[in-house]
Formats: sequence, C-alpha cells, structure tokens
Amino acid sequence: MVEPRPQDDSCRVPLVEIRGLRFMREGRLIFDGVDLAIPRGRVTAIMGPSGTGKTTLLRIIGGQLVPDAGQVIVDGCNVHQLKRRELFELRKRMGMLFQAGALLTDLTVFGNVAFPLREHTRLSESMIRDLVLIKLEAVGLRGARDLMPSQLSGGMARRVALARAIALDPMMVMYDEPFTGQDPISLGVLARLIRSLNDSLGLTSLVVSHDVQETCAIADYVYLIAEGRVVGEGTPSEMRDSASAWVRQFMHAQVEGPVPFHYPALDLTTDLLGEGSA
Amino acid sequence: MSDWLVAVGRRGLDLLVRLGRAHMLLFYIVLALPALVRQPREMVRQVHSIGVRSLVIIVVSGLFVGMVLSLQGYNTLVGFGAAQSLGVLVALSLVRELGPVVSALLYGGRAGSALAAEIGLMKATEQLAGMEMMAVDPIERVVAPRFLAGVMVMPLLAAIFSAVGVLGGYFVAVGLLGLDDGAFWSQMQSKVEFHDDIVNGIIKSAVFGVVATWIALFHGYEAVPTAEGVSLATTRTVVHTALAVLVLDFILTALMFNKV
Ligand SMILES: Nc1ncnc2c1ncn2[C@@H]1O[C@H](COP(=O)(O)OP(=O)(O)OP(=O)(O)O)[C@@H](O)[C@H]1O
Ligand SMILES: [Mg+2]
Repeated sequence: MVEPRPQDDSCRVPLVEIRGLRFMREGRLIFDGVDLAIPRGRVTAIMGPSGTGKTTLLRIIGGQLVPDAGQVIVDGCNVHQLKRRELFELRKRMGMLFQAGALLTDLTVFGNVAFPLREHTRLSESMIRDLVLIKLEAVGLRGARDLMPSQLSGGMARRVALARAIALDPMMVMYDEPFTGQDPISLGVLARLIRSLNDSLGLTSLVVSHDVQETCAIADYVYLIAEGRVVGEGTPSEMRDSASAWVRQFMHAQVEGPVPFHYPALDLTTDLLGEGSA
Repeated sequence: MSDWLVAVGRRGLDLLVRLGRAHMLLFYIVLALPALVRQPREMVRQVHSIGVRSLVIIVVSGLFVGMVLSLQGYNTLVGFGAAQSLGVLVALSLVRELGPVVSALLYGGRAGSALAAEIGLMKATEQLAGMEMMAVDPIERVVAPRFLAGVMVMPLLAAIFSAVGVLGGYFVAVGLLGLDDGAFWSQMQSKVEFHDDIVNGIIKSAVFGVVATWIALFHGYEAVPTAEGVSLATTRTVVHTALAVLVLDFILTALMFNKV
C-alpha cells in the first residue's frame, strides 16, 4: 500500500474503500470478492483486460449499479445505503468521465460545461462564463466553446467531458478510458493534465484504462483486475517487476499467459461438433 | 407442450414486468411534475418541438379528412334527401371520433416516434447516465417536460384537426357540391352539443395524449442502448400507440355515447 501523507490525519482513511464486492450480471459473475482502497490525493489506476468490468466498477462506485454483496464506502458513506437525496449530494462531489464522453447533444460545448454549474449553483452568468472558460482552457478547447457535440471528434468530446467533470471542483474524478481515441500529442497532454489537476486541485483520481504505458506514467498505485478479482496491485514500478504471471502478462503485453482473450465458452471442438445435438 | 407452456408463461411474466416498469415510470414522472415550474424554457422548447412541429401534418390531414367526409357523406345523405344535414355529419364525425383518434395516430407516428428515438439515443450515448452522475435526475430533466408538453399539446392538435376538417368539409359541401351555406352552418350549430360532443371529444384526446406520450417515453427510456434497440423502440411506440388509441377509443365511446 502507498503510505498516505503522514502530516494529515484524515488522509489515513482512504477516500474509497471496497470490501468483498460481488456483482452478477445476467447470471454471470462479474466481480467475486474484490477488495480495494483508493487513497486520498493520489492517482489510482485500475487496469484490466477488456470486458472485465472496469466500467461496471465505476458505476458501482457512483451508485448507479447495486452490488449483490459487499460494501462501497466513499468518504465515509456506504454508497448503496444512502437515500436518493444523499446519493445525489455525494455525486456532486464525484466527477465522472464516461467512456464515450456522454455530452448532452442539445447543448453547445459551453452549455455542457456550464450544465452542472447551472444545475447546482446560484452563480451569476458572468461567474459561470469565467469558470467555464477556465475549465475549457485547461483542456485546450476554449476556442471550441460554440461548437455542438456532433461537431467534435471523439478525442475532443472526451476533453470537453473532462472539463465538465471538474466544473464543480469535485473531491474525486473517475476517468473511464480517458486515453482511447487521443492522438499521441493530446494523449501526453491529457495524461499530464490528469496528473496536474490531481495535484493542483487536491483531487483524488481514479483512472480506468488498459493503456499500460500512459497510465503507469501518471499513476501512484495500480490495481489489476481480471476474472472478477484483483490479481495484482502495487506501484507502477512494483507492477513492472512483479513475479505474478497475471501482472507480467498484462504489463508487458504478452500473448501467452493466464489472462483470457476469449469470453467464457465451451471447448471449441465440443462447440463445433455439438451443433446437431444441442 | 411443456416447452410451449414455459414460453407462454415467460412471455406473460415479461409483459407483467414491463407493465410494472411502465407504471413506475409514470409514477416518477408525476412526482417530478411540480419541479417543472423551474424549467419554463425547457417547457417552451418541448411544446415547440412536439406540438408546433406536428402542426403541418395535422392541418393537412385534417383538411383532407374533412373533404373526404363531406364527399362520402353527401353521397349517402342525398339518397335520403337529407343533404342539408351534411354539416352536422361532418362536424360530429370529426369532433367525436376522427379528430381525437386520427390526430392521436398521427401524433404517435410524428411526435411519439421522435420522442422514443431521442430518449433512446440519449440513453445509448450515456447522456442519461451522465446526468445521473452529475446528480441531475433524468426523469425530472428530460422525461417529465416532454410528458407534460405532450399532454398539453394533444387536445390542441385534435381541436385544430377538427376545426380544419370542418372547414375542408365546408369547402367541398358549399364550393364543390353547391349546398346551401346557411343550412350547413345552422344545422351544425343546432345539432352539435357543447357538453356531449365537444367536451367528450376533448376528454378523449386528453386521454390519448397521456397514453401516447407515456408509451413513447417508456419505450425510449427502456430502450436497449444500441442502434437496434432504439429502432425497435420507435417501431413499438408507433404500433403500441395505434393499438392503445383504437382500443381506448372503443371503451371511451361506449362509456360516453352509449345511451342504453
Ligand atoms: N447492460 C449490460 N447487461 C448485461 N451485461 C453487461 C451490460 N453491460 C456490460 N455487461 C457485461 O459486463 C461485463 C463488464 O463490462 P464493462 O463494460 O464493465 O467492461 P470493461 O472492463 O469496461 O470493458 P472495456 O475495457 O472494453 O470498456 C462485460 O463482460 C459485459 O458482457
Ligand atoms: Mg469500459
């Protein structure tokens, strides 16, 4: 575990704590006993092969999906026992960047970033304008403020969504695959942006990704999830030198290893021969 | 045989579950209605996109339905020497039946399908989930304004349909068939009752408005978040709206106009 900064006592309690998480979806076990802790003020990465349930995990933390067993504690609150109003209050302090951006298509870029401010604050229009322009400047899209989401590329949309996610100055931001669809330059910029936002605004960041290089460059701590469990954890350098077959395969992009490429299925021969009798 | 029973049972249960979810949605929409006073601009926008944009199809259809009614009615009435009652026939058919029913069917095809597609797409592109994560309730923000707008607009559309239809009937009767202008209007004025005919027609269209909008919003909101799911949602909206409107029309007519 990363030792929290010693000078601040409240830092000792992780911001997010997940204990014994079990989650089923349509009869398939997605998580089976996941335990993890996300320390305050750090960038924590959750990595794992496609389809392991990284997006699902973020949605569980955000209270959109309810686990079958286990607890999710965010800032001292058990997310799935909160009343609706309390959950909404908690969500105002959590920003989330969706995999596809999730921009509101009937608002401009400016309107999208202003949306949470208009919904949840009573700031004057000129204050909102200043705040929005500052956030857009941070993601390099101040000039695109009047475009509609349909006029943006996938990568730009993701950056607008990032500006929106930090509009309310949340305590924590969850990034779902922030790097996909970015060119190498904006990818580097974005990775540094996530890191610097985290440090300058005192955020806690949770980055979900399968982009090993970029993620390890900015993360303080990495969890690797596969087959419904945490199969490895550590700082990026610990992960790179790990002895675990799972971690080695994922971190070094090896083809052979325990991480399955296939969705669970019958044995191929059985499947091919068994067509008539099925 | 038992397979068949299981399949029927499963479909039955499925239907019940969906019905239950539809009523839950309606319940949440109704709970969210008071909060709409805080979004007057959104309401105006929705009334515009649901109502004003349906006007052309309503006016054109109303005009032609009225004209056809007039032609057909004349051919029948003239055989009984009752051509002077043509105005009554046209007006009653429109106000009691065709106005509410045909405009509800058109509404389902024009506005309902658009509503279902819009909300289904918002779901497929994670906009609704995104709102939820921003602590904004999508039912309050997206679904409820559209519901209220649809419910407000439907009786107006039906009224416009009937009014234009009567005008269409008048052009054919007086302009084309040469009936007496005064007889057309005075018979209509004396035979069409405000309460029995007009109010009942408005009640019908209000009921259709609630049901058609509800069906559209439900299918959009529950759409499987894929391209296929959204297309299925729009198709189902149109089909279910048509069926619901026609069945409800029979029930309402039996309740309202049955003097037995
Ligand atoms: N709406 C749903 N209904 C049923 N199963 C689902 C649904 N959404 C996702 N799943 C299943 O849950 C599993 C985890 O999905 P999830 O989207 O969380 O994966 P992921 O790790 O984010 O993958 P990726 O890296 O490709 O985004 C998948 O195997 C998928 O089949
Ligand atoms: Mg994902």
